[in-house]
Amino acid sequence: MYKYDTYDQSIVDARVEEFRDQVARRMAGELTEDQFKPLRLMNGLYLQLHAYMLRVAVPYGTLDSRQMHMLAHIARKYDKGYGHFTTRQNIQYNWIELKDAGDILADLATVEMHAIQTSGNCIRNTTSDQYAGAAADEVADPRPWAELLRQWSTFHPEFTYLPRKFKVAIIASDEDRAAMRLHDIGLQLTQNEAGETGFKVYVGGGMGRTPMVAPLIRDFLPAADYLSYLEACLRVYNRYGRRDNIYKARIKILVHEIGADEYRRQVEEEFLHVKTLGIDPPAEEFERINAFFAQPAWEQGLSDELDLSDPDFKLWVDQNVFAHKAPGYAIATISLKPIGGIPGDASADQIDLMADLAETYSFDELRVTHSQNIVLPHVRKADLYTLWQKLDAAGLATANLDLISDMIACPGLDYCSLANARSIPVAQKISQRFADREADLGELKLKISGCINACGHHHAGHIGILGVDRKGTENYQLLLGGSGAEDASLGRITGPGFDEDGIVDAIERTLDRYVATREPGERFLDTYRRVGFETFKEAIYG
Amino acid sequence: MKIATGNDLATGDVVWWDGEGWSRHVEEAVDVGDHGAALIAREDAARRVNAAYVIDAEATPQGPRPAHIKDRIRARGPTVRADLNIAPADTAAGSWVI
Repeated sequence: MYKYDTYDQSIVDARVEEFRDQVARRMAGELTEDQFKPLRLMNGLYLQLHAYMLRVAVPYGTLDSRQMHMLAHIARKYDKGYGHFTTRQNIQYNWIELKDAGDILADLATVEMHAIQTSGNCIRNTTSDQYAGAAADEVADPRPWAELLRQWSTFHPEFTYLPRKFKVAIIASDEDRAAMRLHDIGLQLTQNEAGETGFKVYVGGGMGRTPMVAPLIRDFLPAADYLSYLEACLRVYNRYGRRDNIYKARIKILVHEIGADEYRRQVEEEFLHVKTLGIDPPAEEFERINAFFAQPAWEQGLSDELDLSDPDFKLWVDQNVFAHKAPGYAIATISLKPIGGIPGDASADQIDLMADLAETYSFDELRVTHSQNIVLPHVRKADLYTLWQKLDAAGLATANLDLISDMIACPGLDYCSLANARSIPVAQKISQRFADREADLGELKLKISGCINACGHHHAGHIGILGVDRKGTENYQLLLGGSGAEDASLGRITGPGFDEDGIVDAIERTLDRYVATREPGERFLDTYRRVGFETFKEAIYG
Repeated sequence: MKIATGNDLATGDVVWWDGEGWSRHVEEAVDVGDHGAALIAREDAARRVNAAYVIDAEATPQGPRPAHIKDRIRARGPTVRADLNIAPADTAAGSWVI
């Protein structure tokens, strides 16, 4: 893992003191809320329905146990004993008091964490594949590139006031586990025929009220041009992005309006200039960063044998354990989606336990996933059974990864001031309704948003749900056919919406039609794509 | 009726204007009539409340019931965490449902 140098630490420490002073001035009345709001947002502090909410950055979703323990400490000392892991691989606390904000940031700084650029019209926390550095199918670990991007984008003076927020995802496998093409910039680490490392660059994806799958802008960007090219991409956006209309201000609108070819032309032109500025670091600087992500000292000669005689353990292994690149090791996902629970929430005690388990069984590493789960990336197969037993005792061994109950859900109207409808109660009802059937239903990615901003990724769900306000009443629209994976697609609204119970019934009709029409081995999404929208619409509405 | 609500500046807690100050309990909210804007301007300037606004509410035997579900959830707490909900000041008085 990356470790702060003295520059990193001094920057973060200085920011803590700056914000502590800004909070004091707000409390003393020297700053109005209008003056203070942009300052607190730059430090991840929102005002939500019930209290202030603090969003803490988890760079590319990677944590060590010391940092995870700190997250538990903050939940316990400053919040109400829990935190909410988000689709940006971050964590949010829902009950923060303004007077504590400086102390919280100071505590975070002691473990090389902060809340900088978790809000505002800047480059946000870069997300990545939660299996980075462990997956057998990756070209290389994408995290050193994500870290380089973090350092380049943090306090970047030219990109602090972009037309709108800006999100980047980096992956290194053909299997997309990070919804890469639904980001403002999506990067796929790859190699060309000569064996040189570079990137496929996608620009202009996103969700929200105008969802778009990012087009390919550069088929192969040499690694040596990485930052210069990103700088050029941002410069074109910063120059021509729609600052006059918040709903048209994301880069996806610019790329869509001028076309991918014209955007590419402008970026290439800008790149020729930017490249002369010497932004790209020398190879030795990248190697310095890269060294922090060296492979753990995996034991050699371990067996891949696993005793699966305990049926509940077997179920968990089959569902939640993924192939590791090293013999004798596995990647274990801890589901934060217990049946009927609140997706993404974890208590302070659970966070502490996951930290302890990472220290004991996973080379001190954890990952937050964009699907709001936690990953232990480097577990010896010989330790899996003991690990599972400890997770099970803490209610953390739900065997539902990528099944219908492993859904993404935004906080919705229970917490969020922007939401129009509640997401969590719908998620709970769906989870409970289909728990007995979900193994048979197979991979099914269901995603729920409580408003058009789409924090719950409803456009990218095999089944998506969008909560809307219909004359003061919660109403839920159903979408089918979305995907955030390498076969990225956007869901289509089926028709009139439903109330809270009606949407669960509509999903049941959808799934009954799937079961009746599927062919052997077909996922829901495969069947939907084969038989088409109308077949399911007829099942839903008759 | 019209009632005024906002968040406590220091804690962020949801608060309601009770005629003399800001209460945590919506059932103590009073009708601010046409004086909401002036009240909010005064209270905001005095740093006694943050992000205050006036909403429509229905007078019920259990006290004012905000017209919009968003404010009813603000008044009670998350519907999915009963353990974190705000109990009425007078627990015998009962309360309306979300």
